[in-house]
Amino acid sequence: MSDEEDDIILSELNDEDLVAQMFDDLYDGMKEEIEEGVNILIERGWAPYKVLTEALVGGMTIVGHDFRDGILFVPEVLLAANAMKGGMSILKPLLIATGAPRMGKMVIGTVKGDIHDIGKNLVAMMMEGAGFEVTDLGINNAVEAYIEAIEAEDADILGMSALLTTTMPYMKVVIDTMVEKGMRDDYIVLVGGAPLNEEFGKAIGADAYCRDAAVAVETAKALVARKHNQGASA
Amino acid sequence: MTSDATLTTDGLPPEGRGRVLLIACGALAREIIAVRDGNGWDHLDLQCLPAIYHARPEKIVPAVRAAIEQHRADYDRIFVVYADCGTGGELATACNELGVEMIAGPHCYSFFEGNKAFNALDEVTSFYLTDFLVRQFDAFVWEPLGLSKHPQLRDMYFGNYEKLVYQGQTENPELIEKARECADRLGLKFEYRFTGYGDLTAALRSA
Ligand code: B12
Repeated sequence: MSDEEDDIILSELNDEDLVAQMFDDLYDGMKEEIEEGVNILIERGWAPYKVLTEALVGGMTIVGHDFRDGILFVPEVLLAANAMKGGMSILKPLLIATGAPRMGKMVIGTVKGDIHDIGKNLVAMMMEGAGFEVTDLGINNAVEAYIEAIEAEDADILGMSALLTTTMPYMKVVIDTMVEKGMRDDYIVLVGGAPLNEEFGKAIGADAYCRDAAVAVETAKALVARKHNQGASA
Repeated sequence: MTSDATLTTDGLPPEGRGRVLLIACGALAREIIAVRDGNGWDHLDLQCLPAIYHARPEKIVPAVRAAIEQHRADYDRIFVVYADCGTGGELATACNELGVEMIAGPHCYSFFEGNKAFNALDEVTSFYLTDFLVRQFDAFVWEPLGLSKHPQLRDMYFGNYEKLVYQGQTENPELIEKARECADRLGLKFEYRFTGYGDLTAALRSA
């Protein structure tokens, strides 16, 4: 940290400057500063949902873009995610207490044989940030675990992540099992991970492949809205 | 022999000899040369792309494609010594399209072990190192993961792993010792397994 930054006292900034400073702090992965910023905004009477979307999700979206464009790399993304997580843990109980908007429920996990989880965790966090309730099954998930969880949680969305060429075909095993059980159409299936692409998503029968967390949020919102409309007109 | 550092960032240009050009990952240069020279396969020339593409697999397909197009007129045949390496099948598609063969397997850990044997392993929570990666541990693992600056990230990366498996292409006590240190630094148990060159030899024989 430079001396200049040392001098910034977050509580003395007006709202706009504070949010801008939080974008910078998130970008630099400064967890304590993010936690402090969140607390200040709450004390100033900001609704928890507004803090989440405008300060945290806003900042993390910039991180996501710069990662996609090759400006930031894995460690920076991980540090930023960690800082956001700090802020989220303050906001979570408040969000529940204040009845923030509920967009739907998602179950997410990395597939069997694969224990990469950085991207999956990021998607889970950004989905939570967008108002989805997320159940994270962690890594190395067999088909039974996914099926049990989507049923138990009455989820709207199933999300699967794979970073290995050898594990990505397992997504099809899960989708085929859902088809066999006659439950495929009850859920929106989103898939992601660096070696996947749009074509693969189509070929295995997913509703969508999402390149990154921001696309995942937009796609989830659009597909949930469509599902609800169809439900209403049926 | 070109240094590991050069193989990491720059790769290795072809020598302009032999009828068959191998286009390979820089992390495989020493092993390919050992197999080639050990068998007297003088018809094989070798070009390596920067090994560090390992961490940016989206760069592999365009770079291999460009190398094939640049050199194909000068050789009878080209053989690609890259496994899929996280390209999600796109490298195989590109090779097919250009009428070029490549070594089989998802990654080098698999073909060094032998693809069949690797498939049969149940080692989901193992992290692998090859000879090259042991020598280049800092450049390929420690630094790109930001662990010298941010040691607190270690368990976010490796918290779900149990052991480091060093797959030795050669039997080298110094590398075994270094690999053991790598395991300590990552907080993982250590296992050494001599694999030799695995499926690489057969692939180069057919190239
Ligand atoms: C970091 C990393 C690791 C870390 C993982 C730490 C962890 N806790 O996850 C460590 C070092 C431990 C590791 C281990 C291994 N890795 Co690794 N790893 C990577 C690396 C460099 C980056 C992956 C990453 O985290 N990216 C950052 C995140 C933010 O991006 P992302 O995962 O793509 O996620 C985004 C999108 O894809 C999408 N998304 C992801 N999931 C989902 C899910 C849904 C539902 C949606 C909608 C979207 C979505 O949104 C995310 C956020 O924007 C990649 C190379 C690469 N550049 O992809 C290799 C890579 C994936 N690993 C690879 C390999 C081979 C391994 C090992 C076998 C290596 C070894 N030496 O043992 C082991 C795997 C063991 C196992 N059983 O899983 C290969 C895969 C090759 C192949 N043929 O498949 C790669 C491609 C590197 C290479 N070229 O060899 N790895």
